[in-house]
Amino acid sequence: MKINRQDVEKVALLSRLDMTPEEIDTYAGQLNAILEYADVLNKLDTQGVEPTAHVLPLKNVMRPDEMRPSLPQELALSNAPEAEDGYFKVPKVMEG
Amino acid sequence: MELFKSTIHALHDLLVKKEISATELTSSVFNRIDAVEPSIHSYITETRQQALVQAAAVDAQIGRGEPVAPLAGIPGALKDNICTQGIKTTCASKMLDNFIPPYNATVVEKLADQGAVVVGKANCDEFAMGGSTENSGFFITRNPWDTERVPGGSSGGSAAAVAAGQAIWALGSDTGGSIRQPAAFCGNVGLKPTYGRISRYGLVAFASSLDQIGPITRDVTDCALVLNAIAGYDAKDSTSINIEAPDYTKALVNDVKKLKIGLPKEYFGAGIQPEVAAAIKKSVDQLVAMGAEVREVSLPHTEYALPAYYLIAPAEASSNLARYDGVGFGHRAPGNDIIDMYKQTRSQGFGPEVKRRVMLGTYALSSGYYDAYYLKALQVRTLVKQDFDKVFAEVDVLITPTVPLTAFKIGELSDPLTMYLQDIYTIPINLAGLPAISLPCGFAQGLPVGMQIIGKPLAEATILQAAYAFEQANDYHARFAPLGEV
Amino acid sequence: MTYETVIGLEVHSELKTESKIFCGCSTKFGSEQNTNVCPVCLGLPGVLPVINEKVVEFAIRAGLALNCRILPFSKFDRKNYYYPDLPKNFQTSQYDLPIAVDGYLDIEVDGQIKRIGITRIHMEEDAGKLVHSGAISNSEYALVDYNRTGVPLIEIVSEPDLRSPAEAKAYLEKVKAILQYIDVSDCKMEEGSLRCDANISLRPVGTEPFGTKAELKNLNSFRSVQRGLEYEVERQTQVLEEGGRIIQETRSWDENKGVTLSMRSKEQAHDYRYFPEPDLVPIVVDPAQVDSIRASLPELPDARKARLIAAHGLSAYDAETITASRAMADYFDAVVTAGADAKAAANWLMGDVAKHLNATNMPVENCPVAPAQLAGLIALIAKGTITGKIAKTVFEGMWSSSKAAETIVKEQGLVQISDEGAIVAIVDGVIAANPQSVADFKAGKEKAIGFLVGQVMKQSKGRANPELVNKLLKERLAVL
Repeated sequence: MKINRQDVEKVALLSRLDMTPEEIDTYAGQLNAILEYADVLNKLDTQGVEPTAHVLPLKNVMRPDEMRPSLPQELALSNAPEAEDGYFKVPKVMEG
Repeated sequence: MELFKSTIHALHDLLVKKEISATELTSSVFNRIDAVEPSIHSYITETRQQALVQAAAVDAQIGRGEPVAPLAGIPGALKDNICTQGIKTTCASKMLDNFIPPYNATVVEKLADQGAVVVGKANCDEFAMGGSTENSGFFITRNPWDTERVPGGSSGGSAAAVAAGQAIWALGSDTGGSIRQPAAFCGNVGLKPTYGRISRYGLVAFASSLDQIGPITRDVTDCALVLNAIAGYDAKDSTSINIEAPDYTKALVNDVKKLKIGLPKEYFGAGIQPEVAAAIKKSVDQLVAMGAEVREVSLPHTEYALPAYYLIAPAEASSNLARYDGVGFGHRAPGNDIIDMYKQTRSQGFGPEVKRRVMLGTYALSSGYYDAYYLKALQVRTLVKQDFDKVFAEVDVLITPTVPLTAFKIGELSDPLTMYLQDIYTIPINLAGLPAISLPCGFAQGLPVGMQIIGKPLAEATILQAAYAFEQANDYHARFAPLGEV
Repeated sequence: MTYETVIGLEVHSELKTESKIFCGCSTKFGSEQNTNVCPVCLGLPGVLPVINEKVVEFAIRAGLALNCRILPFSKFDRKNYYYPDLPKNFQTSQYDLPIAVDGYLDIEVDGQIKRIGITRIHMEEDAGKLVHSGAISNSEYALVDYNRTGVPLIEIVSEPDLRSPAEAKAYLEKVKAILQYIDVSDCKMEEGSLRCDANISLRPVGTEPFGTKAELKNLNSFRSVQRGLEYEVERQTQVLEEGGRIIQETRSWDENKGVTLSMRSKEQAHDYRYFPEPDLVPIVVDPAQVDSIRASLPELPDARKARLIAAHGLSAYDAETITASRAMADYFDAVVTAGADAKAAANWLMGDVAKHLNATNMPVENCPVAPAQLAGLIALIAKGTITGKIAKTVFEGMWSSSKAAETIVKEQGLVQISDEGAIVAIVDGVIAANPQSVADFKAGKEKAIGFLVGQVMKQSKGRANPELVNKLLKERLAVL
């Protein structure tokens, strides 16, 4: 068992997903199968192998420090589910 | 032949000769959409009004005797994970069912520069996660060759639209095979370019180090034309290659003499549908008869590519999809506080496959597991890439089946892992960032079989040429899905 | 049991680039909410970041000014957590390969110079701002302004080398001075362009292992940094002396109540799941570029202070005060360049100028008295045209009108009276009018002369040359 109910609960919280107990079980089973399949990677000795985070040998891609036009406030808020006085409005936030 | 069955290059000729108008052509495509959409369901959004405006502009240009670009006035579809300014872009997800981007993806701007006509946003697997388009948050698209079957995924809507005549060309995106596999299932040409060849700016990210946009077309010539329109450096994309793209139509040469073809033995093992294996073999024999040389090669780390992908892609996705939280755009569920809102919004907005991958990815990156999973997968990625680098020192292209099977029935592959396993031939190519094209090479029980040609980095021209020569020696590209009488 | 305080500071500084770190939006402070935003810094679906080259240059500059080693290969990573001021719910930052490491700076506390290690400096993007309706603890909703999202930051992490709140304050002031000197940041804590979090723990004197630390947040001014840390020292000492254990937690400084409050109940274990940012490629720093940046660094505070002491004979304290900010040091240099005596310039700067600036919280850059004008005032005193005391009045006039000293002296008729004859006349008048004081003085009360001097100054409306007054008064009294 690679991933149990508690693991799924923890991961669901980290991912901000709400799960019913049944869903937790279902996902635990599915994730388990996938992770067990992924176990085959442990057969491979990767000692000293550099990880590839970027497949292209690019480096130092930068832009000059120049201002470009911003969106008008209205357009910036155009998709906001809730807005007020030019702000995005969200339910109460605990200090965190 | 009906206009909607034609190709970009043929239609372009008719347009510049003024034998047809762009408006006429566009209307013809709309009529076709009206006729077959009830059975295919390719489109999430149709943009008829805008399309007619675009077509009219091209007609005016032609009327004034001005030269027009190859794609001018030619109707096509965009996968609905490509941002279109002012037009709903949903990624086939309830999470974004009301999202209207205030900007265009770079490829959209480039198509507009050519005067291309966009008729709609095509259905796909939700957030591009899937291999059948069954994961769309809205509806399933059907394969025009057999409407009981899937068109493939995740760019299923794009491939189906082209195959059904609902678009002359389409753009899809490919992270683990999502252009090539639906192209194979729907009998189209689909090309995933070298990573970085086409700008990702405006492509809603799934797995950033793997995603690429690419064309889905009726034939190889059209593929080259679309590639010409959208390839090239973009300053807005830091992972964009700053090397000028060549004119890909120059690669449309009917010659494979001395082309060195490698057949990676790991791609021809057990588990391939017999007709698929047979069609590939027949096709390779044909290429040899045309002057190519073939040899067996080995990509020893192939079996590790898929598991590595299913750690890397979900990991990146888990981070890329964190922004879907109900705050600034998209779906929002009510909540007592912000955390409650996040959870409800995301639980309601995402489908099961997306949730699965987000959790898998979160797990692979989490404290205590990062080294064993994510880091390990990145190391395996290096080995997979090195395999390809080694064989490309000996051969020019690799040929494999695109998918081990032909289009399966809707609902047939219900187990997630089984669904993942059919990506086995396409995924390694994304890990290595290589260009690859899929084109039809036969039929099995009336269903198209796709052949994949893989090239070195930035060798789109090489694979296009091989594909073109093969295509010209056959007539698969001229066959059309038998979609009932219209 | 005596405890030793161990403090480490994490300082965030907003870099004063024209545009944000990953997009071209303006970094200007104080704009109307959500008007300096674009698809990229809003984190809309499909957008991609592109690094602002000036951010890298400024970060290298800061690294060099803080004596760090610039890493030849550096990259960006994603720090994943959910918060509404973070549109993508990850912050693009640097994790294991920051731009600069292993630096230091020197602070002076109670005459002792101490070297504080700097562990690392890295680049990252700032988050937006939350505005709460009512008090944070019970507001029903919050409003979000993303103008600040994507403003470039450098985070400077110190080694836990600080041993007192006073040292922490000195360190912070030094960091601010250096960053201002090299012109990479405004460092205005009140505008949030300089922020500070602290880690503080106690350990029994003479022991090595660190105690459990508390992280302090919401230290919004230099004062609150010192006060917050002082409070924590007391709090932790008390806990330990009562036999309790310090809990590792984040605490928020409450400026009004003067206490730190635990944020633990609202805290969730953050697993940031750092991984390399796939949308940005690594930075390979060219040694030639580093050398050129190093060569272009201006004279830093410590060097400038040493120069002022050597060149002008200023005291260490004066030099320290003047070089605490680049603007002040530049002002001083300008006054001296305009011809004023260095010590006089220093005195005026630290005296009347500072007093007036502080009264209105005005930065020295906005001082209505230009350096050359101050030099002019000092010259008038040196020439004897006005007394030191009158000069203060003239200065007031200069401050409110920005006029030259000479102009004000002329307008207000404040020229010093140095004519002996004129002074003698006033002296005689005062002697005649104050027989009792004269008698007291003659009787041996030396201090009575002070009163008489005061009267002469009063009669002359402060304009009489004080030395002459003293001399002539004594002379006239002597002949009585």
